[in-house]
Amino acid sequence: MLIKIAKPSDLHESDVTPESIYLSRRRFMGGMAGLGAGLALSGHVRANEDYSDVPEGDAPAWLKEKISDTQWRAITPSDPDKDKIAPFDDASGYNNFFEFGTDKRDPARHAGSLETQPWSVVVDGEVNNGGRFALEDFAKPSQFEERIYRLRCVEAWSMVIPWLGIPLAEVIRRADPTSKAKYVRFETLVDPEQMRGQRSSFSIIDWPYVEGLRLDEAMNPLTLLAMGMYGRELPNQNGAPLRLVVPWKYGFKSIKSIVRISLVEEQPVNSWQRIAADEYGFYANVNPQVDHPRWSQATERRLPNSLFNANTIDTQMFNGYADEVAELYAGMDLRKHY
Amino acid sequence: MAAPRVWLLWRIGVFLAALAPLVFWGWQVAINAAGPEPGNYLLLNIGIGGLWMLLLTLSLTPLTKLTRWKGFALIRRQLGLWTLAYATLHMLSYALFILGLNWALLGSELVKRPYIIVGMIALIGLAVLGATSNRWSMRRLGKRWKPLHKFAYVILGLVLLHFFWVVRADMQEWAMYAAIATLVMATRLPPVARTLPKLRYRLSR
Repeated sequence: MLIKIAKPSDLHESDVTPESIYLSRRRFMGGMAGLGAGLALSGHVRANEDYSDVPEGDAPAWLKEKISDTQWRAITPSDPDKDKIAPFDDASGYNNFFEFGTDKRDPARHAGSLETQPWSVVVDGEVNNGGRFALEDFAKPSQFEERIYRLRCVEAWSMVIPWLGIPLAEVIRRADPTSKAKYVRFETLVDPEQMRGQRSSFSIIDWPYVEGLRLDEAMNPLTLLAMGMYGRELPNQNGAPLRLVVPWKYGFKSIKSIVRISLVEEQPVNSWQRIAADEYGFYANVNPQVDHPRWSQATERRLPNSLFNANTIDTQMFNGYADEVAELYAGMDLRKHY
Repeated sequence: MAAPRVWLLWRIGVFLAALAPLVFWGWQVAINAAGPEPGNYLLLNIGIGGLWMLLLTLSLTPLTKLTRWKGFALIRRQLGLWTLAYATLHMLSYALFILGLNWALLGSELVKRPYIIVGMIALIGLAVLGATSNRWSMRRLGKRWKPLHKFAYVILGLVLLHFFWVVRADMQEWAMYAAIATLVMATRLPPVARTLPKLRYRLSR
């Protein structure tokens, strides 16, 4: 099969900002002017009172500065009543981050041992501008955006999370990929001293955790490199200090605590595909029609839920981002490329 | 008549101890300490709790051989029924909190998911053992009662298989339960079973 790989410089239809977002930005900027004035007076980092009950983190000064300069509410759900932001305690207390254990509460319990300052990221492979960058320098050229995305876990639950970060596309453009670059490969930190899950001799993950995207997926404007959430820096259990967020794919694609980003020619083998290729593919696009072999993907439980209401909703194709990403997969058999 | 009262207290104590985890988990849910998905919290905890009950039930025979203490034999039926109760609550948690009582979905899940089928077979097996655990059934079944109730060993295997199929990434917890199960079953091997009472004499000396 011939897959046409777009050059990063090519403009896609998906590069065009949807009108609704464009308009919401303008609305937003208008609203922000007044709010910004108020903030300047209070000297407060957070720009939104929604997060008044979110505990303060321990962000380094440069990150606080980046966050205070965020373009707030850059992308928001079209129906905020349906897609309500999950409480911070749930988003930071119910995580899959196997580097810190397999129970949903393990990451919150054990990720405190991760040292995220200083942090550096290696950009290498098929690039002209590679190297090892301090996270601060890595983030510096781009403005932070706040994006409220649905996060759909492959385990059939979902939450709505307000991320803070920079578009991956900007990072890739700065790296200046060569013509050979067709995929992006990401790697999580390996340090059994800090990550107790990596000390388990029964783990079936071959560390480091690896993820990958096709270059055009990586260049899609929705793809975000997050460094914060809920108006503050990322808690360790959510993948501090740098994680990927690909909202139209199952959560396991959104790799955490990234130390390496490589532009490569061959399709990377991501960790879950290596563990169970019949259950997890390279693409892992949210798709209600293609079930996981052990459970249905037709519906999802929107969290938090309660005993009396499982809050089960229908899963949307591409997690509801079909308008922005469906054309990336035109002509592909998504049952085969799950 | 002090002795019967002591045994009654022992059985009530075991009853309360077996009930306590359920009360604790329910209380955690009630005070919002069970996380954003309380139904899943109950499902997983009750499932593991049921496996504990089964392992404890199957430990009573070797423990009796080892110690000759009457108390272990006295609670065997009770713990067996607790295993059935936990397994039933586990299945009900799944139907209520995960499927949201969507019976059509349950039907299709049952057919498609091997671990659910295995779990259902184990639950039906436990129900059969529970229904035949009374004195009347024991008399009715006579010599066949014992071989029938050895089906508990098969159920243990099914439960571990059910658990194995749900694990996503780390086998450590599963391996721990599998090791305990292997130990409990090893005490049934004739050479080991013969050695246990001898071990008791050595310990008592």
